[in-house]
Amino acid sequence: MRNLVKWGAAAVVAAGLCPVAGVAGAAEPIKIGSILSVTGPASFLGEPEKKTLEMYVERINKSGGVLGRKVELIVYDDGGAGDKATTFTKRLIESDKVDILIGGSTTAATMAAVPLAERNETPFISLAGAVNIIEPVKKWVFKTPHTDRMAAEKVFADMKKRGITKIGLISEDAGFGKSGHDQSLAVVKEFGIEIVADEVYSPKDPDVTAQLTKIKNAAGIQAVFNFGFGQGPAIVTKNFKQLGMAVPLYESHGVASKDYIKLAGDASEGVRLPAAGIVVPEQLAATDPQKPVVTAFKKDYEAAFKSDVSTFAGHAYDGLQIALAAINRAGSTDKAKVRDEIEKTSGYVGTGGLVSMSATDHMGLSPSAFHMVEIRKGGWVLSD
Amino acid sequence: MNIKTARTGGLALLAIIIAMAPIGFTNTYFYDVGVNAMFNAIVCVGLNLLIGYAGQISLGHAGFFALGAYGSAILTSTYGLPPLAAMLLSAAVVGLLAFVVGRPILKLKGHYLAMATLGIGIIINIVLKTESKITGGPDGMSLGNFSVLGFSIVGDRMWYWTAGVLLVLTVWLALNLIDSPVGRALRAVHGSEVGAEVVGVDTSSYKVLVFVVSAVFASIVGSLFAHKNGFITPDIAGFFHSVELVTMVVLGGMASTFGALIGAVILTLLPQVLAAVEQYEAMILGAIMMGTMIFMPKGLLPSIVASVKRLGGGR
Amino acid sequence: MFAAFLQYLFSGLTSGAIYALAGLGFAIIYNSSHVINFAQGEFIMIGGMASATLVGSGVPMPLAIPLAMLISMAAGIALEKFAIEPARNSDVVTIIIITIGASIFMRGAAQLIWDKEFHSLPAFSGESPIAIFGATLMPQSLWVFGVSGVVIVALWWFFNRTMFGKAMLATSHNSLAARLVGIGVKRVLMASFALSALLGAVGGIVVTPITFTNYEAGIMLGLKGFSAAVLGGLGNGGGAIVGGLIVGIAEALASGYLSSAYKDAIAFVIILFVLFFMPNGLFGKRGTDRV
Repeated sequence: MRNLVKWGAAAVVAAGLCPVAGVAGAAEPIKIGSILSVTGPASFLGEPEKKTLEMYVERINKSGGVLGRKVELIVYDDGGAGDKATTFTKRLIESDKVDILIGGSTTAATMAAVPLAERNETPFISLAGAVNIIEPVKKWVFKTPHTDRMAAEKVFADMKKRGITKIGLISEDAGFGKSGHDQSLAVVKEFGIEIVADEVYSPKDPDVTAQLTKIKNAAGIQAVFNFGFGQGPAIVTKNFKQLGMAVPLYESHGVASKDYIKLAGDASEGVRLPAAGIVVPEQLAATDPQKPVVTAFKKDYEAAFKSDVSTFAGHAYDGLQIALAAINRAGSTDKAKVRDEIEKTSGYVGTGGLVSMSATDHMGLSPSAFHMVEIRKGGWVLSD
Repeated sequence: MNIKTARTGGLALLAIIIAMAPIGFTNTYFYDVGVNAMFNAIVCVGLNLLIGYAGQISLGHAGFFALGAYGSAILTSTYGLPPLAAMLLSAAVVGLLAFVVGRPILKLKGHYLAMATLGIGIIINIVLKTESKITGGPDGMSLGNFSVLGFSIVGDRMWYWTAGVLLVLTVWLALNLIDSPVGRALRAVHGSEVGAEVVGVDTSSYKVLVFVVSAVFASIVGSLFAHKNGFITPDIAGFFHSVELVTMVVLGGMASTFGALIGAVILTLLPQVLAAVEQYEAMILGAIMMGTMIFMPKGLLPSIVASVKRLGGGR
Repeated sequence: MFAAFLQYLFSGLTSGAIYALAGLGFAIIYNSSHVINFAQGEFIMIGGMASATLVGSGVPMPLAIPLAMLISMAAGIALEKFAIEPARNSDVVTIIIITIGASIFMRGAAQLIWDKEFHSLPAFSGESPIAIFGATLMPQSLWVFGVSGVVIVALWWFFNRTMFGKAMLATSHNSLAARLVGIGVKRVLMASFALSALLGAVGGIVVTPITFTNYEAGIMLGLKGFSAAVLGGLGNGGGAIVGGLIVGIAEALASGYLSSAYKDAIAFVIILFVLFFMPNGLFGKRGTDRV
């Protein structure tokens, strides 16, 4: 009995100490939770994103952290399966008690996490492409990459400028390509362009000449547009050349990494695609505010990992910078305040472009964030 | 100790474990993992009837699971059906589908059967991915809460108790089925199909029956899983998910209801534990699968029971 | 019209020959042990990744290719020695889980040893397409056809004309009887894994210039190879080749004339239908149950 009293007293004292502990908590790390597709079919996205987050978190901690607190990064791999993201998001929010979520390499993983972020009122910056992540606007959800709709619009605008009205669309049947395909169909009419052939391939198909032959034989084809990422577009490009197709080939922003040129080789000559400034830092105008940012990022990334920087790495960089800047401005990790500050992000110069968010725009990128580039002699050439 | 008391004892122990486990749960994430483990356990207890007792392999049950999930999602979100009706209707359709394909497919043996069931799973996966106007495509589809007569299941805690009750019920059902004449017939089919036929067992009917039962189990759990998660993607119909389910059954112990259950729980928890070691996750998971099957070819539970018996036997 | 058809056919033959090579590996192991090795795709991946990364790091191709074959064979022998042999008498399902575990393990190891990026090899005879009646074919596809052909002939010779090959076949028919007449069943089993791993590596090396490779490339090749082997009839090498070509051509014709979105599904429907009417595949031996 006496023991019980003693323990009871101890508990009271401990409880009394709690507020003190709360103050001391200022030194607790800022926790960033991240679900990325580090393995699986979307590791093309998740792997560079993870590397980027880890590199910059380490760097920020070396220079003293944010608000005098260290930053702690917790990454879980969803293996590319969206439904696995649900449990990991719960783990980040409930068990790891993160202050903010950055991640969701794929749209599926993001959409799985969205209801949880909303219900638990946790700010969430997605790294996935689909437009339905931010439309309609969800209070706690933001995103850094350009939408697939913007990419499609950029491509169609370029086609229109060159007088192309009839095209063939070939897309990958996995998330990125499928969503891009659906968005392309949704906006193509606004540009007075008609899709006369619409074909699909699996990301691991060894050969897509059958699909391309069908497109080639469609009447009046003036250009072909491919929506996909990973090795698929490289095979499409090679097969396209094999068939001797004379019309221009457009790719999506999904191939904006040197790997694509390496895999497709000579066949990539003349391919046009929308890409963020990050792939062509040295060609940006000296007055372009993005120039110093992307040049520095590219240098850091390539020095650290000995591999070419990709747009996707840039999305993670932007997400981290926007999040930490918001925490800095909020002066705390109070979730509501951080959310409000993310929404107030204005004039942030990132790898993806200039970001100015608002209550109605949780991405904040203008269409001008995309440049049209063409591949010439194995390198990117800015063409607008 | 006769079979009957062992059975009641097992059921009671299961109920106690389910009831006591939350003491160690410090937040709702644990409940979520618990629900996933129990959902998998229900599917595996059903699948074990097919694999363990009837001796028929299926590499396509994730397809039935996904059909249940998408059936519920589409019927409730797009057509406004009440969740319970949607779940039962989906289960009925899946049962019918399993019945129709079951007859020709279950004539196949061994690896040919594996191929055929794998094909069915993949075809379902492709349809779900492609028909994005109905299913949302690879980006997935969301749906609302599960409710019956104005009472809705919300939150991980409530799901935990629901899944717990369903699991106990499922195990009880499975144990009874195994002990019934049907169960005996099944074991005869597993032992020697020709032998069973000679003594007058209509083997193909029994095989189809178990195939349908296990598919319906998967479909119902699929529906519940969809409502619990609130979001589903075609990945749940994928080949990997099918393999995962079969692995749970075989790892835990074929022809052992509690073995299948234990396999399901272990393989649900494992990825959560291994998430900490990240880049070694695949290697460790692969090594555990190989190691268990090499050293305990009958699966965890039967092997452990056998060695306990050996020790108890004083030899 | 004909040119289009021919192009679909070429496309199908290219994919089909790749699936056929993958399927052959399944057939060899099945032949001598009745084991289906779900890690067969990983042998192909190892062949491709090892040769591509070796060439990438400056090793000349004539040296990189045999090295890659050796690496893959070592993996095959290790798999047999440490995982299959101890479980030799287990159920079919148990061994399936073991080989699936092995495939997961090998993928995990490959991503650590190499990386997660895609790699390619230069095409063996250049990249100028060959035009035939308005359709085109890459020289590398001819390499795949040629290598498949050579492999089939070599395997036929090995299994029918050499003592060891005959011993392997005998083991598959009746391992007890084989043991009684003095055939080392263990050695045969190990040789079959080494052989199919070698074959996988050869496949991986010739297809990498076409399909590229990364640590997960074995998943798709394994699935298609398994489909090819089952469709052709398990344990029948020629059947695996025909099965692979049928799957490849069916996919290409389906994308050409029906729907590219459903081409894989159509291929599986064809396999299902064949199995409904021929439960042992196209050329499989009719099984008799031992009672």
